[in-house]
Amino acid sequence: MADEMIARSAQADRLIIEPEEAAATIWSRRDFFSFAGWAGILAALGVGGLAFGRFMFPRVLFEPAPVFKAGLPDEYPVGTVSERWKQEQRVWIVHDPDGFYALLAICTHLGCTPNWLNAENKFKCPCHGSGFRRTGVNFEGPAPRPLDRVKIALADDGQLLIDKSIQFRYERGDWSKPGAFLTLKA
Amino acid sequence: MPDLKELKKKVVESQLWRSMFRHDYLDTPRNRVLQIMANVWLHLHPPKIRRHAIKIRFTWCMGGITFLMFLVTVVTGVVLMFYYRPVGEYAYADMKYLEFDVPFGMIVRNMHRWAAHGMVITVWLHMFRVFMTGSYKPPREFNWVVGVVLLTLTLLLSFTGYLLPWDQLSIWAVTVGTNMARATPLLGSEGPFAQVVGVTPRYDARAFLLGGTIVGPPTLLRFYVLHCIFLPILASLLMIVHFWRIRKDGGISGPL
Repeated sequence: MADEMIARSAQADRLIIEPEEAAATIWSRRDFFSFAGWAGILAALGVGGLAFGRFMFPRVLFEPAPVFKAGLPDEYPVGTVSERWKQEQRVWIVHDPDGFYALLAICTHLGCTPNWLNAENKFKCPCHGSGFRRTGVNFEGPAPRPLDRVKIALADDGQLLIDKSIQFRYERGDWSKPGAFLTLKA
Repeated sequence: MPDLKELKKKVVESQLWRSMFRHDYLDTPRNRVLQIMANVWLHLHPPKIRRHAIKIRFTWCMGGITFLMFLVTVVTGVVLMFYYRPVGEYAYADMKYLEFDVPFGMIVRNMHRWAAHGMVITVWLHMFRVFMTGSYKPPREFNWVVGVVLLTLTLLLSFTGYLLPWDQLSIWAVTVGTNMARATPLLGSEGPFAQVVGVTPRYDARAFLLGGTIVGPPTLLRFYVLHCIFLPILASLLMIVHFWRIRKDGGISGPL
Protein backbone atom coordinates (compact mmCIF):
# COMPACT_ATOMS: atom_id res chain seq x y z
CA MET A 1 0.00 0.00 0.00
CA ALA A 2 2.71 2.40 0.99
CA ASP A 3 4.70 1.38 -2.07
CA GLU A 4 1.70 2.16 -4.19
CA MET A 5 1.42 5.60 -2.62
CA ILE A 6 5.06 6.29 -3.28
CA ALA A 7 4.76 5.12 -6.85
CA ARG A 8 1.73 7.32 -7.38
CA SER A 9 3.36 10.40 -5.91
CA ALA A 10 6.40 9.77 -8.08
CA GLN A 11 4.12 9.61 -11.08
CA ALA A 12 2.49 12.86 -9.99
CA ASP A 13 5.90 14.42 -9.59
CA ARG A 14 6.84 13.43 -13.10
CA LEU A 15 3.64 14.97 -14.48
CA ILE A 16 4.55 18.23 -12.84
CA ILE A 17 8.12 18.07 -14.08
CA GLU A 18 7.13 17.38 -17.69
CA PRO A 19 6.46 20.98 -18.82
CA GLU A 20 9.91 21.98 -17.55
CA GLU A 21 11.41 19.19 -19.59
CA ALA A 22 9.55 20.49 -22.60
CA ALA A 23 10.87 23.98 -22.03
CA ALA A 24 14.37 22.57 -21.77
CA THR A 25 14.28 21.37 -25.38
CA ILE A 26 14.35 23.88 -28.24
CA TRP A 27 11.13 22.68 -29.82
CA SER A 28 8.28 20.81 -28.24
CA ARG A 29 6.76 18.00 -30.28
CA ARG A 30 3.84 20.30 -31.06
CA ASP A 31 6.13 23.06 -32.30
CA PHE A 32 8.00 20.61 -34.46
CA PHE A 33 4.92 19.18 -36.15
CA SER A 34 3.41 22.64 -36.57
CA PHE A 35 6.60 23.84 -38.24
CA ALA A 36 6.87 20.70 -40.37
CA GLY A 37 3.25 21.07 -41.46
CA TRP A 38 3.65 24.70 -42.51
CA ALA A 39 6.98 24.00 -44.16
CA GLY A 40 5.32 21.23 -46.16
CA ILE A 41 2.47 23.48 -47.28
CA LEU A 42 4.82 26.33 -48.23
CA ALA A 43 7.15 23.94 -50.05
CA ALA A 44 4.23 22.50 -52.01
CA LEU A 45 3.00 25.99 -52.92
CA GLY A 46 6.53 27.10 -53.83
CA VAL A 47 7.22 24.11 -56.04
CA GLY A 48 3.77 24.46 -57.60
CA GLY A 49 4.37 28.16 -58.22
CA LEU A 50 7.74 27.55 -59.84
CA ALA A 51 6.29 24.78 -61.97
CA PHE A 52 3.44 27.05 -63.05
CA GLY A 53 5.93 29.77 -63.93
CA ARG A 54 7.78 27.37 -66.19
CA PHE A 55 4.51 25.93 -67.51
CA MET A 56 3.60 29.35 -68.94
CA PHE A 57 6.69 29.33 -71.21
CA PRO A 58 6.21 26.55 -73.80
CA ARG A 59 9.33 25.03 -75.36
CA VAL A 60 8.00 25.25 -78.90
CA LEU A 61 6.34 28.39 -80.22
CA PHE A 62 4.14 28.13 -83.28
CA GLU A 63 5.22 31.44 -84.72
CA PRO A 64 6.24 32.30 -88.30
CA ALA A 65 9.80 31.30 -89.24
CA PRO A 66 12.22 34.23 -88.92
CA VAL A 67 14.16 33.37 -92.10
CA PHE A 68 12.93 34.10 -95.61
CA LYS A 69 14.25 34.58 -99.13
CA ALA A 70 13.57 37.99 -100.59
CA GLY A 71 14.29 37.40 -104.28
CA LEU A 72 17.27 38.42 -106.40
CA PRO A 73 19.21 41.63 -105.65
CA ASP A 74 18.46 42.88 -109.17
CA GLU A 75 14.80 43.17 -108.25
CA TYR A 76 15.65 46.11 -105.96
CA PRO A 77 16.69 49.27 -107.86
CA VAL A 78 19.55 51.24 -106.35
CA GLY A 79 18.42 54.10 -104.13
CA THR A 80 15.03 52.67 -103.17
CA VAL A 81 13.36 51.57 -99.96
CA SER A 82 11.29 48.49 -100.77
CA GLU A 83 8.01 47.90 -98.92
CA ARG A 84 7.54 44.60 -100.77
CA TRP A 85 7.96 42.46 -97.61
CA LYS A 86 6.44 44.81 -95.07
CA GLN A 87 2.97 43.27 -95.02
CA GLU A 88 4.19 39.68 -94.91
CA GLN A 89 7.47 39.88 -92.96
CA ARG A 90 7.64 43.39 -91.42
CA VAL A 91 10.95 44.10 -93.12
CA TRP A 92 12.09 46.91 -95.41
CA ILE A 93 14.93 46.23 -97.80
CA VAL A 94 16.99 49.31 -98.61
CA HIS A 95 19.35 49.32 -101.60
CA ASP A 96 21.95 52.05 -101.28
CA PRO A 97 24.71 52.67 -103.83
CA ASP A 98 27.19 50.71 -101.70
CA GLY A 99 24.92 47.81 -100.74
CA PHE A 100 21.88 46.41 -98.98
CA TYR A 101 20.49 46.55 -95.47
CA ALA A 102 17.24 45.27 -94.00
CA LEU A 103 15.28 47.25 -91.40
CA LEU A 104 12.75 45.70 -89.06
CA ALA A 105 9.40 47.49 -89.47
CA ILE A 106 8.74 47.55 -85.72
CA CYS A 107 8.69 50.97 -84.10
CA THR A 108 11.12 51.08 -81.19
CA HIS A 109 8.61 53.08 -79.16
CA LEU A 110 5.77 50.60 -78.62
CA GLY A 111 5.92 48.17 -81.52
CA CYS A 112 3.61 49.58 -84.20
CA THR A 113 4.43 49.33 -87.91
CA PRO A 114 5.73 52.63 -89.35
CA ASN A 115 5.17 53.71 -92.97
CA TRP A 116 7.83 54.67 -95.52
CA LEU A 117 7.13 58.17 -96.81
CA ASN A 118 9.12 58.40 -100.02
CA ALA A 119 8.48 62.11 -100.63
CA GLU A 120 9.76 63.02 -97.18
CA ASN A 121 12.51 60.40 -97.24
CA LYS A 122 11.60 59.07 -93.79
CA PHE A 123 9.79 56.33 -91.87
CA LYS A 124 6.82 57.61 -89.90
CA CYS A 125 4.93 55.68 -87.24
CA PRO A 126 1.14 56.25 -87.30
CA CYS A 127 0.65 55.42 -83.61
CA HIS A 128 2.55 58.15 -81.81
CA GLY A 129 4.40 59.99 -84.57
CA SER A 130 7.94 58.64 -84.26
CA GLY A 131 10.09 59.45 -87.30
CA PHE A 132 13.17 57.62 -88.57
CA ARG A 133 15.59 58.57 -91.30
CA ARG A 134 16.27 56.33 -94.25
CA THR A 135 19.13 54.75 -92.32
CA GLY A 136 16.75 53.83 -89.51
CA VAL A 137 18.03 56.43 -87.05
CA ASN A 138 15.26 58.12 -85.05
CA PHE A 139 15.00 61.91 -85.21
CA GLU A 140 11.46 62.86 -84.06
CA GLY A 141 8.70 61.62 -81.80
CA PRO A 142 8.89 59.37 -78.75
CA ALA A 143 11.00 56.50 -80.18
CA PRO A 144 14.01 56.10 -77.87
CA ARG A 145 16.41 54.45 -80.33
CA PRO A 146 16.92 53.64 -84.03
CA LEU A 147 15.09 50.85 -85.82
CA ASP A 148 16.73 47.42 -85.59
CA ARG A 149 18.52 46.05 -88.62
CA VAL A 150 18.32 42.33 -89.30
CA LYS A 151 20.76 39.94 -90.89
CA ILE A 152 20.95 40.13 -94.67
CA ALA A 153 23.07 37.74 -96.75
CA LEU A 154 23.13 36.00 -100.10
CA ALA A 155 21.72 32.49 -100.34
CA ASP A 156 23.29 29.76 -102.46
CA ASP A 157 20.83 30.39 -105.27
CA GLY A 158 21.78 34.09 -105.42
CA GLN A 159 18.67 35.36 -103.61
CA LEU A 160 18.73 37.73 -100.68
CA LEU A 161 18.40 35.81 -97.41
CA ILE A 162 16.88 37.67 -94.44
CA ASP A 163 17.12 36.33 -90.89
CA LYS A 164 14.99 38.30 -88.45
CA SER A 165 16.20 36.32 -85.44
CA ILE A 166 19.58 38.05 -85.71
CA GLN A 167 19.14 41.73 -84.97
CA PHE A 168 21.65 44.56 -85.05
CA ARG A 169 21.26 47.57 -82.77
CA TYR A 170 22.79 50.90 -83.70
CA GLU A 171 23.34 52.02 -80.10
CA ARG A 172 25.37 48.90 -79.37
CA GLY A 173 27.55 49.47 -82.41
CA ASP A 174 26.10 46.42 -84.18
CA TRP A 175 25.54 48.09 -87.53
CA SER A 176 29.20 47.73 -88.48
CA LYS A 177 29.17 44.00 -87.79
CA PRO A 178 29.10 41.51 -90.67
CA GLY A 179 25.53 40.62 -91.64
CA ALA A 180 24.12 44.06 -90.90
CA PHE A 181 25.13 45.27 -94.35
CA LEU A 182 25.50 43.39 -97.61
CA THR A 183 28.02 44.61 -100.14
CA LEU A 184 27.77 42.98 -103.56
CA LYS A 185 31.03 42.36 -105.35
CA ALA A 186 30.77 43.94 -108.77
CA MET B 1 -59.54 33.47 -53.62
CA PRO B 2 -59.18 32.03 -50.13
CA ASP B 3 -57.00 29.43 -51.86
CA LEU B 4 -54.41 32.15 -52.58
CA LYS B 5 -54.11 33.05 -48.91
CA GLU B 6 -53.82 29.40 -48.06
CA LEU B 7 -51.13 29.00 -50.73
CA LYS B 8 -49.16 31.98 -49.45
CA LYS B 9 -49.29 30.60 -45.95
CA LYS B 10 -48.09 27.25 -47.22
CA VAL B 11 -45.18 28.81 -49.13
CA VAL B 12 -44.13 31.14 -46.33
CA GLU B 13 -44.28 28.37 -43.77
CA SER B 14 -42.46 25.87 -45.94
CA GLN B 15 -39.06 24.67 -44.84
CA LEU B 16 -37.42 26.10 -47.98
CA TRP B 17 -38.80 29.60 -47.41
CA ARG B 18 -37.98 29.57 -43.72
CA SER B 19 -34.41 28.57 -44.44
CA MET B 20 -33.91 31.75 -46.45
CA PHE B 21 -36.19 34.29 -44.73
CA ARG B 22 -36.06 33.51 -41.06
CA HIS B 23 -37.88 36.48 -39.60
CA ASP B 24 -41.22 38.15 -40.26
CA TYR B 25 -41.52 41.84 -40.82
CA LEU B 26 -42.36 42.74 -37.26
CA ASP B 27 -41.46 46.42 -36.90
CA THR B 28 -39.26 46.33 -33.84
CA PRO B 29 -35.57 47.34 -33.96
CA ARG B 30 -34.47 43.87 -32.91
CA ASN B 31 -36.54 42.13 -35.54
CA ARG B 32 -35.42 44.51 -38.26
CA VAL B 33 -31.81 43.69 -37.51
CA LEU B 34 -32.53 39.97 -37.42
CA GLN B 35 -34.46 40.10 -40.67
CA ILE B 36 -31.38 41.36 -42.52
CA MET B 37 -28.62 39.59 -40.61
CA ALA B 38 -30.23 36.16 -40.72
CA ASN B 39 -31.35 36.45 -44.34
CA VAL B 40 -29.33 34.51 -46.88
CA TRP B 41 -29.91 37.10 -49.63
CA LEU B 42 -29.60 40.33 -47.70
CA HIS B 43 -27.01 39.60 -45.03
CA LEU B 44 -24.44 41.73 -46.83
CA HIS B 45 -26.65 44.80 -46.32
CA PRO B 46 -26.53 46.94 -43.23
CA PRO B 47 -29.70 46.55 -41.13
CA LYS B 48 -29.92 50.31 -40.75
CA ILE B 49 -28.41 53.22 -42.62
CA ARG B 50 -28.22 56.86 -41.72
CA ARG B 51 -30.49 59.35 -43.42
CA HIS B 52 -27.61 61.17 -45.16
CA ALA B 53 -26.36 57.94 -46.70
CA ILE B 54 -29.33 57.71 -49.08
CA LYS B 55 -28.88 61.26 -50.35
CA ILE B 56 -27.98 60.99 -54.00
CA ARG B 57 -26.24 64.38 -53.77
CA PHE B 58 -23.75 62.94 -51.32
CA THR B 59 -22.89 59.51 -52.75
CA TRP B 60 -24.00 59.95 -56.39
CA CYS B 61 -24.66 56.21 -55.95
CA MET B 62 -21.44 55.78 -57.94
CA GLY B 63 -20.23 52.70 -56.06
CA GLY B 64 -23.63 51.09 -56.48
CA ILE B 65 -23.76 51.95 -60.19
CA THR B 66 -20.26 50.54 -60.63
CA PHE B 67 -21.39 47.30 -59.02
CA LEU B 68 -24.49 47.26 -61.23
CA MET B 69 -22.24 47.67 -64.29
CA PHE B 70 -20.12 44.77 -63.05
CA LEU B 71 -23.21 42.57 -62.66
CA VAL B 72 -24.35 43.48 -66.18
CA THR B 73 -20.96 42.53 -67.65
CA VAL B 74 -20.96 39.26 -65.70
CA VAL B 75 -24.42 38.22 -66.90
CA THR B 76 -23.97 39.33 -70.52
CA GLY B 77 -20.40 37.98 -70.53
CA VAL B 78 -21.56 34.51 -69.57
CA VAL B 79 -24.25 34.71 -72.27
CA LEU B 80 -21.62 35.67 -74.87
CA MET B 81 -19.49 32.69 -73.83
CA PHE B 82 -22.09 30.38 -75.38
CA TYR B 83 -20.97 31.53 -78.84
CA TYR B 84 -17.50 33.02 -78.56
CA ARG B 85 -14.45 30.77 -79.11
CA PRO B 86 -11.07 32.22 -78.08
CA VAL B 87 -9.24 30.65 -81.03
CA GLY B 88 -7.30 32.57 -83.64
CA GLU B 89 -9.32 31.20 -86.55
CA TYR B 90 -12.75 31.69 -84.95
CA ALA B 91 -12.70 34.63 -82.55
CA TYR B 92 -13.27 37.43 -85.05
CA ALA B 93 -15.89 35.45 -86.97
CA ASP B 94 -17.71 34.56 -83.75
CA MET B 95 -17.78 38.22 -82.77
CA LYS B 96 -19.29 39.06 -86.17
CA TYR B 97 -21.71 36.15 -85.86
CA LEU B 98 -22.90 37.44 -82.49
CA GLU B 99 -23.17 40.95 -83.84
CA PHE B 100 -25.05 40.22 -87.07
CA ASP B 101 -26.73 36.85 -86.92
CA VAL B 102 -27.41 35.49 -83.45
CA PRO B 103 -30.85 36.68 -82.27
CA PHE B 104 -30.37 39.43 -79.69
CA GLY B 105 -26.62 38.90 -80.07
CA MET B 106 -26.05 42.51 -80.98
CA ILE B 107 -27.77 43.86 -77.89
CA VAL B 108 -26.02 41.39 -75.58
CA ARG B 109 -22.61 42.20 -77.02
CA ASN B 110 -23.27 45.92 -76.85
CA MET B 111 -24.62 45.71 -73.32
CA HIS B 112 -21.37 43.98 -72.36
CA ARG B 113 -19.30 46.55 -74.18
CA TRP B 114 -21.09 49.64 -72.91
CA ALA B 115 -21.41 48.36 -69.36
CA ALA B 116 -17.65 47.75 -69.41
CA HIS B 117 -16.97 51.27 -70.65
CA GLY B 118 -19.49 52.59 -68.13
CA MET B 119 -17.83 50.72 -65.29
CA VAL B 120 -14.47 52.28 -66.06
CA ILE B 121 -16.07 55.74 -66.01
CA THR B 122 -18.19 55.23 -62.89
CA VAL B 123 -15.36 53.66 -60.92
CA TRP B 124 -13.32 56.84 -61.49
CA LEU B 125 -16.28 59.02 -60.51
CA HIS B 126 -16.76 56.90 -57.40
CA MET B 127 -13.12 57.44 -56.50
CA PHE B 128 -13.53 61.17 -57.15
CA ARG B 129 -16.58 61.36 -54.88
CA VAL B 130 -14.86 59.41 -52.11
CA PHE B 131 -11.88 61.72 -52.36
CA MET B 132 -13.90 64.95 -52.42
CA THR B 133 -16.01 63.93 -49.42
CA GLY B 134 -12.89 62.90 -47.47
CA SER B 135 -14.28 59.39 -47.11
CA TYR B 136 -10.81 57.89 -47.48
CA LYS B 137 -9.78 59.18 -44.04
CA PRO B 138 -9.41 56.88 -41.03
CA PRO B 139 -11.08 54.58 -40.16
CA ARG B 140 -11.75 54.06 -43.90
CA GLU B 141 -8.15 54.17 -45.12
CA PHE B 142 -7.92 50.39 -45.58
CA ASN B 143 -11.05 50.36 -47.71
CA TRP B 144 -9.52 53.08 -49.90
CA VAL B 145 -6.58 50.76 -50.56
CA VAL B 146 -8.94 47.89 -51.43
CA GLY B 147 -10.70 50.31 -53.76
CA VAL B 148 -7.46 51.23 -55.52
CA VAL B 149 -6.76 47.54 -56.15
CA LEU B 150 -10.31 47.15 -57.48
CA LEU B 151 -9.73 50.11 -59.81
CA THR B 152 -6.62 48.38 -61.17
CA LEU B 153 -8.56 45.15 -61.65
CA THR B 154 -11.31 47.06 -63.48
CA LEU B 155 -8.73 48.49 -65.87
CA LEU B 156 -7.13 45.05 -66.36
CA LEU B 157 -10.55 43.51 -67.07
CA SER B 158 -11.13 46.24 -69.62
CA PHE B 159 -7.70 45.70 -71.20
CA THR B 160 -7.98 41.91 -71.44
CA GLY B 161 -11.51 42.17 -72.85
CA TYR B 162 -10.31 44.63 -75.46
CA LEU B 163 -8.28 41.91 -77.24
CA LEU B 164 -11.13 39.43 -77.56
CA PRO B 165 -12.84 40.85 -80.70
CA TRP B 166 -9.51 39.94 -82.38
CA ASP B 167 -9.59 42.76 -84.92
CA GLN B 168 -6.80 45.12 -85.98
CA LEU B 169 -7.67 47.68 -83.32
CA SER B 170 -7.49 45.21 -80.46
CA ILE B 171 -4.35 43.43 -81.69
CA TRP B 172 -2.42 46.68 -82.02
CA ALA B 173 -3.74 48.07 -78.77
CA VAL B 174 -2.51 44.97 -76.96
CA THR B 175 0.78 45.04 -78.88
CA VAL B 176 1.36 48.55 -77.61
CA GLY B 177 0.08 47.74 -74.10
CA THR B 178 2.15 44.61 -73.59
CA ASN B 179 5.27 46.23 -75.03
CA MET B 180 5.34 48.29 -71.86
CA ALA B 181 5.90 45.03 -69.96
CA ARG B 182 9.31 44.85 -71.63
CA ALA B 183 10.36 47.74 -69.39
CA THR B 184 9.48 45.94 -66.13
CA PRO B 185 12.44 46.07 -63.72
CA LEU B 186 14.14 42.66 -63.38
CA LEU B 187 11.41 40.80 -65.30
CA GLY B 188 11.34 42.71 -68.60
CA SER B 189 13.92 42.13 -71.31
CA GLU B 190 14.45 45.87 -71.81
CA GLY B 191 13.91 46.96 -68.22
CA PRO B 192 16.45 47.87 -65.55
CA PHE B 193 18.71 44.98 -64.44
CA ALA B 194 17.57 42.79 -67.34
CA GLN B 195 21.18 41.82 -68.06
CA VAL B 196 21.80 40.94 -64.41
CA VAL B 197 18.81 38.60 -64.28
CA GLY B 198 19.42 37.36 -67.80
CA VAL B 199 15.88 37.69 -69.13
CA THR B 200 15.49 37.62 -72.92
CA PRO B 201 12.53 38.61 -75.12
CA ARG B 202 11.72 34.89 -75.29
CA TYR B 203 11.59 34.49 -71.49
CA ASP B 204 10.39 37.67 -69.82
CA ALA B 205 7.28 39.33 -68.38
CA ARG B 206 5.91 40.14 -71.82
CA ALA B 207 6.35 36.57 -73.10
CA PHE B 208 4.58 35.38 -69.94
CA LEU B 209 1.57 37.52 -70.84
CA LEU B 210 1.63 36.76 -74.56
CA GLY B 211 2.52 33.08 -74.52
CA GLY B 212 5.18 33.81 -77.15
CA THR B 213 6.99 36.76 -78.62
CA ILE B 214 4.12 38.21 -80.70
CA VAL B 215 0.43 38.90 -80.10
CA GLY B 216 -0.89 35.64 -81.53
CA PRO B 217 -3.46 32.91 -80.83
CA PRO B 218 -1.77 31.92 -77.51
CA THR B 219 -2.19 35.53 -76.37
CA LEU B 220 -5.89 35.45 -77.21
CA LEU B 221 -6.38 32.32 -75.12
CA ARG B 222 -4.40 33.69 -72.17
CA PHE B 223 -6.28 36.96 -72.15
CA TYR B 224 -9.57 35.07 -72.40
CA VAL B 225 -8.75 32.98 -69.32
CA LEU B 226 -7.63 36.09 -67.42
CA HIS B 227 -10.74 37.98 -68.54
CA CYS B 228 -13.32 35.28 -67.77
CA ILE B 229 -11.87 33.42 -64.78
CA PHE B 230 -8.93 34.96 -62.97
CA LEU B 231 -9.74 38.67 -62.87
CA PRO B 232 -13.53 38.43 -62.21
CA ILE B 233 -12.99 36.03 -59.30
CA LEU B 234 -10.29 38.25 -57.82
CA ALA B 235 -12.47 41.34 -58.28
CA SER B 236 -15.49 39.60 -56.73
CA LEU B 237 -13.52 38.57 -53.65
CA LEU B 238 -12.23 42.10 -53.16
CA MET B 239 -15.71 43.55 -53.72
CA ILE B 240 -17.00 41.37 -50.87
CA VAL B 241 -14.27 42.79 -48.64
CA HIS B 242 -14.94 46.31 -49.94
CA PHE B 243 -18.68 46.21 -49.13
CA TRP B 244 -18.19 44.46 -45.82
CA ARG B 245 -15.66 47.06 -44.70
CA ILE B 246 -18.09 49.91 -45.36
CA ARG B 247 -20.22 48.45 -42.58
CA LYS B 248 -17.33 47.62 -40.32
CA ASP B 249 -15.97 51.17 -40.64
CA GLY B 250 -19.26 52.66 -39.50
CA GLY B 251 -21.34 52.84 -42.66
CA ILE B 252 -21.21 55.42 -45.40
CA SER B 253 -19.30 58.45 -44.18
CA GLY B 254 -21.21 61.48 -42.99
CA PRO B 255 -21.31 64.91 -44.66
CA LEU B 256 -18.32 67.11 -44.04
